[in-house]
Formats: sequence, structure tokens, C-alpha cells
Amino acid sequence: MSPLNIKQGSTSHSAYDLRDPYTEVIESHTLAVIVDNESGVLARVIGLFSGRGYNIDSLTVAEVDHTGHRSRITIVTRGTPQVIDQIKAQLARMVPVHEVHDLTVDGPSVERELALLKVAGKGDHRIEALRLAEIFRANVVDSTLESFVFEMTGAPEKIDAFAELMRPLGLREIARTGVAALARGL
Amino acid sequence: MSRMMTGAKMVVQALRDQGVEVVFGYPGGAVLPIYDEIFQQNDIRHVLVRHEQGAVHMAEGYARSTGKPGVVLVTSGPGATNAVTGIVDALMDSIPLVVLSGQVPTFMIGTDGFQEADTVGITRPVTKMNWLVKDTAKLSETIHQAFHVATSGRPGPVLIDIPKDVQFAEAAYTEPQKARTSHYQPKVKGDIEAITRMVELLETAERPVFYTGGGVINSGPGAAQLLREWVDAAGVPITSTLMGLGAYPASGKHWLGMLGMHGLYEANLAMHGCDLMINVGARFDDRITGRVADFSPNSAKVHIDIDASSINKVIRVDVPIVGDVGHVLEDALRLWKARGRKVNREALARWWDQINEWKKINCLAFKPSASSIKPQYALQRLQELTKDHPKRYITTEVGQHQMWAAQFLHFDQPNRWMTSGGLGTMGYGLPASIGVQVAHPDALVINVAGEASWLMNMQEMGTAMQFRAPVKQFILNNERLGMVRQWQELLHGERYSSSWSESLPDFVKLAEAFGCKGIKCSDPADLDDAIREMLAYDGPVIFDCLVEKHENCFPMIPSGKPHNEMLLAADASAFKSGAVLV
Repeated sequence: MSPLNIKQGSTSHSAYDLRDPYTEVIESHTLAVIVDNESGVLARVIGLFSGRGYNIDSLTVAEVDHTGHRSRITIVTRGTPQVIDQIKAQLARMVPVHEVHDLTVDGPSVERELALLKVAGKGDHRIEALRLAEIFRANVVDSTLESFVFEMTGAPEKIDAFAELMRPLGLREIARTGVAALARGL
Repeated sequence: MSRMMTGAKMVVQALRDQGVEVVFGYPGGAVLPIYDEIFQQNDIRHVLVRHEQGAVHMAEGYARSTGKPGVVLVTSGPGATNAVTGIVDALMDSIPLVVLSGQVPTFMIGTDGFQEADTVGITRPVTKMNWLVKDTAKLSETIHQAFHVATSGRPGPVLIDIPKDVQFAEAAYTEPQKARTSHYQPKVKGDIEAITRMVELLETAERPVFYTGGGVINSGPGAAQLLREWVDAAGVPITSTLMGLGAYPASGKHWLGMLGMHGLYEANLAMHGCDLMINVGARFDDRITGRVADFSPNSAKVHIDIDASSINKVIRVDVPIVGDVGHVLEDALRLWKARGRKVNREALARWWDQINEWKKINCLAFKPSASSIKPQYALQRLQELTKDHPKRYITTEVGQHQMWAAQFLHFDQPNRWMTSGGLGTMGYGLPASIGVQVAHPDALVINVAGEASWLMNMQEMGTAMQFRAPVKQFILNNERLGMVRQWQELLHGERYSSSWSESLPDFVKLAEAFGCKGIKCSDPADLDDAIREMLAYDGPVIFDCLVEKHENCFPMIPSGKPHNEMLLAADASAFKSGAVLV
């Protein structure tokens, strides 16, 4: 939510005070939300973010408990500490939400994302792409004489770095799953 | 052995088992099976409205005046979309409603069928929870869950969308006690350490103030009783939001009056100058806080709220207490008594001296007139002539008249004041008054209205007539959209863009057309008799009170200003010329 450019004094004509009450540091948080896997639950969660002007940097969802029909939604979001607290409280009060965990403050956690990258090229570019893939521990899951599809898992930053290196070597397409995360230890 | 029945029969059975007596609704193709079941029984009364928005506001009026959930039944498509405004209104003001909507048959969903709308999609962000029931076997349990969700924790509206084939199909009925009420069990007891901290703060505070809201009303009469006991025993001043009026009696000796944008001078200055603010079931709405950065700058703040997301949403507080107001006050009062009922008596006496100085400003003063009825005067007279009625209920529309009603009508009991606070829905008051009257047939129910708001749902006079609801429509008619006009005068260079009511109906003839009584009054000398005539009439009345056209509502905190930069009537001209306010 970037602040609008509102001229000083102009809000005296409004029925609302339009100025941002808090200007503070923006933090990134990874939230794990355990929900009933029922119709509309994802729309409800996403609608909360759009309706209240919160950010979503990444979102993944899948049923993790098939007998209890529970899904785990992993959301990477940004905001001031006050906004992050609000997001957690707003999520927690939703009827189909069972648990909200802030993996960023609850302690160390592992965050992983899976990406597929299609790189097209010949000659030196092709060899260089393969060499870098080895360094990044990306697997080749499809190959033609003119292209590779690499599969890699890692923290989002690692995937960013690899994609950046592939760009001059013929990166054509990239598909990413978004972040899945778990707290470390028990 | 569970009973087998159709989905439609299940709806009626579940409502009966939930103790529902009245349903406000409007039939249509997708709910015909349910209406057929309603026709064949006598336990549940159906009030046929004239527009679905009216049904929802009636259910709100019913809920707010009884503490029970209101129930609405509408058809698919336009029936459901017409209900949306009322549903949002209930969400904003935390009113428990169960809305049942018909839907096209399951096999037609998604085909753009006749009168199909994505009702659960449309209402998802404006309900506490909603369900599309695709299987009759799950219908009765869902209805029981819906009542649980609507009334537990912070109350709110829920919606159940029922496709027509689900209403026809048969399945086993689930009794309420056998229904899973889900994991949704909001915590009602507050953290005892935080409650102790609040009590300690109160014991030493020099300038404490209670700031209470709709949460006290929603918590029930017991909560209001506990609040009264604590405030009176501790001798602490108390103010309330628009939503919370009546929780502490206006005749009580610690009452400061309403606070906020059009709140009383003494209430707002007490909020600004206090050193301890105890927020009981209010949510620091922007009409209350004014400029957030300058809101009550030198106070420790305690916030009691059943909804954790209300805490630190707008104003950072020092002592958050998540819990039901009644439960928290009970613990607090017990603790405070056990610790010796301490307060800082000397400091409190000085604080009251200061407050009494502020009271001398007489912020509600207005220039009386012998030739025209001042709206404030009309409400003063209405208050005087109805204050002794044992069962007086007031609803309002939205605008200047609403603020004047909050200032000049006095409430000594909770659940007697029904007004659209959060959403500010013009057209709320008339249907709400009918809902209140349906719940309390022998009560005096008055809708204080402006003519522009009133016209928004005036078709509901037909409902009032049909169901013999003797509601009194007290219309302060200034032939203006008064609050809009006031803002235009003060803030937009007196350019009155589209803010007057032209081509108004003759309200007396309109009353006759509906078959009820119409009264018109324009002379202050006739006002008392006219009001008495309205009160004496056994049936609905439309009272056209022609008032001063250009009266402004004061005090007023211009938006973006703190509480101590309040505008009194005398300052208005200085404000217009751009002078700096105190």
C-alpha cells in the first residue's frame, strides 16, 4: 500500500483524515494459516488482503490433512509491524481459520520454493547454462538439442539469483510454486 | 432415529428449534418451497416487506432491541443483492443476523440462469461467514452453525444460500444439540493479569474516563449493569459512542454525553485531557478519534474488546484485554472491590471541577426562534413529551437529525436506541422501527428521520400498515440533505451541489394514501399539541415537522482535527473565513 500523494492541508475538505498515521519500517513476514479445506476459503483469505489493502508477495495452498480436510496456506506478506499484527488478527478471527503462525517471529524456519526454468541456446551458452545449473544443484528435467528445462528447489532468493544468471543465456519461461515454509526443530 | 424431511421443511424446523419467532422476507422463485412450508405452520410469523433492504433493516431493529438474532428470507439474484446494503450495515455495527437466500438449482449454478447471482461471492466480504449448501443432508446442521457463528464472539450477519433443488430433496434432520458447532469458540474471559493492570491504573489515575461503545450493548443487560455499578462506585466520568448510548443512563450523575465528531464539548475534552482512558467495547472509529496522531496524547489506554483485531487497529493501547465486556467487567469489579475500592479521590475531585467548567460552555445551545421550528427544539420537545414512557424505542435515519437525536434524546436503558453507526445507511430508520415494533408490539417506537433519508425506504409504510405496527415517523423536514449541505457550507465555499430536496411529496397526503395518519407542523407554538396528537394516535403516523432549513449541527470536530479543536456554533463564521480555531 504505497501512500498517495496528498497535498498538505487538502484533507481538511474531506470527510476522512487521509494522511498515513504511521510511517514505519516495512517488514516481510511468512505466515502459515491452517484452514478448513472448504469451498471459498481461499477467496475469503485473499479477499481479506485485497479488501483491507494488504500485500501478498507469495501464496501457496494445498490440503495437508486429507482426513481432517485441513489446508495449509503459506503467505509471504509485507507491512509495518502494526499492519502485520492486524493481518494476523484479521486472519485468526475468520471462522474457517484454525491456526495462524508467524514463522518470521516464531523462531527459525525453512522456506523453500520450487521453480521450473526453460532456457534455450546453443554452443557456449548451452554449456554455461548446464555448468551453472550444476553449481546451483538444479536438475535437468527436459532436454532438446536447443533447450533445457531446469528444476530447482531453494529459498526464493536462490531462485532469483539463478534466474538472473540464466537471463543472458536464453531464459524463455519460468514457473514458480511460491513459498512453502515450516518452523525448524520441534 | 432422525426424521427425514425436505430441505424446505428443514429450514422451518431449524428456525423453530433455534427459537425464531419472526422472519422478515420477500418470496420469489428460488425460495417458493420454503414459503410453502411457512404457509403450513403457525409457530413462525412471516413479515412481508416491500423491498429486501427493508427486511434486513427490520431484522436489525428486531435484533438490536431484543438481543436475539434477526432472521431474513429472500430469493435468489435481485432478492439477495437488494439485501446486501443491510448486511453490510449489520456487519459494521456488529448485529447478529441470519440471512437465508434462495439460489437456482445446483445443476444450473454457473450457467447465468434466471435470477442467478453469485450470492456467496457477493456477500463473502460483508458477512461474518457464509455458506452455499449443495447437499440437503448438510442443511440443518449448517443453519444451526449459522446461528452459533452469528451470535458468538463479536456478533455479525451470516448468510446461507440454498439452491432450490436442495429445498425439494429429502434428508435426515440434525437436531441443534447434535450439530457440530465447529471449532469457532471465541474467548470470553479476559486475561486476569491485564484486568489487574487496568484496576491498578484506575486506582491511581488522576483524570480517568470511561469510553464505552456498542460492545456493552451487545454483551447484554448484565454488562450494562456492571458498568453502571463500577462507574458509580468509582465516581469516574463516562462518555459513549453513538452505538453505546443507553448502556450508562443519560440521567446518571457521571454521564458526560456522547463523544466524537458531533459529540459534547465536555466529553471530547475529557477524552483529550484524560490520563487514563478505559475503552469498553468501542473500536476507535474515525468519527471518534479525529486526528489519530493527536488523539488523547497524554493518556494510558486500556481497550476491552471481544475482537482481537480491534486492538491496535487504529490507536495503540497500553493494556489490551480481549474478552466479552460482561465477563471482563465482572472480573474487574470483583478485583477492584477486593483491593479496597480505591480511587484517587482528591485528583478525581479536581478532574470533576475541570469537567464542570467545560460543561458551562453549554455546547448544545442554539438560537431559539418564535417563527420557525428549530430541529433541536423539536427534539427537546419530543424528549420532554416521551421521556416518561416506560417503553420508548428510538430509531433514526442518517444525517443531521441523527446527531441531534443522539444529543437531545436521552437513554436510560440499553437496547432502546437503534441507529446506523458504522455504515451510515440512509433509509435505515423506517424499516428498523418496524422491526422494533414487531418485537415489542405495545412499545412506543419513534423513527427520528430526515425527509431525504426517509424517502429512501418509504415503501415500508405498506409493511407497517399491513402488520399493524404503529410506528411514529417523526420527520425533521428541512427540504435539504442537511449534513451534506452543512459540509458544503463550511468546507466547500457554500456551493450547494445537489443537496436540496425538490419535488417532495405532500407527506400528509402520502400518509392518507398509505391509510395512516399524517400530521404537519411548522409553527413552534403548535408543536407540543402536534406531538401529543402523534403519540395518542393508535396506528402509524407520518409527522412532517417543517424545520429551519439552514440549521447546522454543532459541536463539530472537522475531520483531521483533534478533539480540542472542536467547532462550536459561535465559531462557525470564524471557521468559514479561514481563521485558526482554538
